[in-house]
Amino acid sequence: MTDATSAAAASGKIPVTVLTGYLGAGKTTLLNRILSEPHGQKYAVIVNEFGEIGIDNDLVVDADEEVFEMNNGCICCTVRGDLVRIIDGLMRRKGKFDAIIVETTGLADPAPVAQTFFMDENVGAKTRLDAVVTVADAKWLKDRLKDAPEAKNQIAFADVIVLNKTDLVTPAELEEVEARIRGINPYAKLHRTERARVDIKDVLGRNAFDLDRILEIEPAFLEADDHDHDHDHHHHDHDHGHDHHHHGGLKHYHDEDMQSISVSSDKPLNPDKFFPWIQELVQTDGKDILRCKGILSFKDDDERFVFQGVHMILDGDHQRKWKDGEERISRAVFIGRHLPEDKIRKGFAACVA
Amino acid sequence: MTDLNTTLPSLADRARIVSEAEGSTIVGVHFLRQTPVFVLGEEALLFAPAEKRTRVAAHDGGILVSAADQARIVTGGDDGKLVATDRDGATEVLATDERKRWIDQVALGPDGAVAWSTGKTARVRTGKGEVREHQAASTVGGLAFFPKGFRLAVAHYNGVTLWFPNASGAKPETLEWKGSHLGVTLSPDGRFLVTMMQEPTLHGWRLADAKHMRMSGYSARVRSLSWSHDGALLATSGSEQLILWHFDGKDGPMGRQPTMFAQSPARCTRVACHPKQPVCAAGFADGTVLMVRLEDGALIMAREADGQPISALAWSPEGQVLAFGTEQGDARVLTL
Repeated sequence: MTDATSAAAASGKIPVTVLTGYLGAGKTTLLNRILSEPHGQKYAVIVNEFGEIGIDNDLVVDADEEVFEMNNGCICCTVRGDLVRIIDGLMRRKGKFDAIIVETTGLADPAPVAQTFFMDENVGAKTRLDAVVTVADAKWLKDRLKDAPEAKNQIAFADVIVLNKTDLVTPAELEEVEARIRGINPYAKLHRTERARVDIKDVLGRNAFDLDRILEIEPAFLEADDHDHDHDHHHHDHDHGHDHHHHGGLKHYHDEDMQSISVSSDKPLNPDKFFPWIQELVQTDGKDILRCKGILSFKDDDERFVFQGVHMILDGDHQRKWKDGEERISRAVFIGRHLPEDKIRKGFAACVA
Repeated sequence: MTDLNTTLPSLADRARIVSEAEGSTIVGVHFLRQTPVFVLGEEALLFAPAEKRTRVAAHDGGILVSAADQARIVTGGDDGKLVATDRDGATEVLATDERKRWIDQVALGPDGAVAWSTGKTARVRTGKGEVREHQAASTVGGLAFFPKGFRLAVAHYNGVTLWFPNASGAKPETLEWKGSHLGVTLSPDGRFLVTMMQEPTLHGWRLADAKHMRMSGYSARVRSLSWSHDGALLATSGSEQLILWHFDGKDGPMGRQPTMFAQSPARCTRVACHPKQPVCAAGFADGTVLMVRLEDGALIMAREADGQPISALAWSPEGQVLAFGTEQGDARVLTL
């Protein structure tokens, strides 16, 4: 993406892509595919030290995935100490690579990786988090969502989901697993692949953490899709008794413990109400909120305000002027575990000016 | 904010330019007797005596850390090598990591001992050439020898372990404090141990009774420390001025405010105390280098602001020469 490259060049910050996915989903296949394509880009790759398959790249660094808590009284402000050290060291060789890819172990929680980019000043000054890309196994993800909380975290956290090994399942099974994913995270871009064959520009240079790029926070499954769905509206039986309805031909599940909540208002918000509210919300419930983001219209303010958060860490800024004729709607989404839906909806509604 | 560039006495135009922004970050500078030697971010050391400059290749890749005594500079690289370079520019590979892992930390002892770490493993090569090994609980964030050289402080997550490399039977003692300790130093009298933390704070212990000291109030992570010539003050980077903690008296900085000099529009990035006089050099993120008189805070400009963050700063052994380098590769030597 020329856009992303020039944006990176303009800010002087090296983009970092975090590659997650449960054991055996195809992370390393995707990584080797990215590295072997003739894109002319050079990557520094940070892999975990227990990676079993060789990576064919000049700059490969072993990481030990050491997570520690920041001493700021915030129990979920965990950062990856090894990343702080490695990125510091890699900056010695600035100019030898264009971007960094961090591959996590299959059992890793993506949050400490993401938080490292917000909590360490040096890392934040020299690099920027581009996107969290999660590789999911079309055949086994459904089972992992039941027995592996890590797998669910990785789906919930993702900006991009590469649903891999689609050749190993029937179209019905594929639709089923996709609906499961959407039940947890309706906002990620999803790509169906075999052998992790995905266009590189769909996973790299996404600018998903860039405040300037928080444009679409509509659920991705409501958008026109780039692949075929069967539209026969057949009703799948499944073993849980919870809600199950259809959006535009796609099944929609509600996951038992991980959900997303979307709130909106067409009336302008009062910043003096909104900021204390969101601060308080992430202070008390940040442990359960994996990701949040929003576009806001404040009263007597001609500029859009955008924000995003990871657990208790919030980042926000004015983005640009509202365009003439643009609907000034404030929207926010929250993805997390056992979210206090009523509290979030009422709290947001009370921020109207 | 006053404009430092126009109001201060300045020696900046007397500095000899060794390398004018040649690209490779200057990651350290040391003196081998009178010769200033700049450590580059990649591959080489730059010897810069007045007559001519010489590049000495030391690593096949990035240079991560360096430490020096009067006789040699020891560097650790991302090529997994620990390399000693002597006054004549001769290099010797002291150790090679079998898996080419990064050499993260290096420290030199008073008797020719070298300590280094890769990940969780700290090693010491004693003055007699024997190699000892210590496994830390987590990745080593810093290494420092005690002044007499018998003991090594190994900083890691949640504390610092004090290890006697020559006493295989002695159980290492651990000073605990939650968090990530990314650098460690001992006061010259050996009474206090101080670490730089991931948070913008220092943590310290009085070793006699392991009493804790927290030194906070910085605007950024502290990355550079230097003890004054008499050991009474610890100069620190990390704020928009030079911060000096008082370590004279039995309680050190406990219950005392630090002294703050050289208020600046930019953040202090490197500090280096003069080896003989009550003077400290402070380098800033905007490229300024100031010499600060520690009695009254009087300032002399040694390098003017040009937007290049100072990344290396050192005095010659007698203190007549100050050398400094920037992230963009500008290296200069100022003879007083």
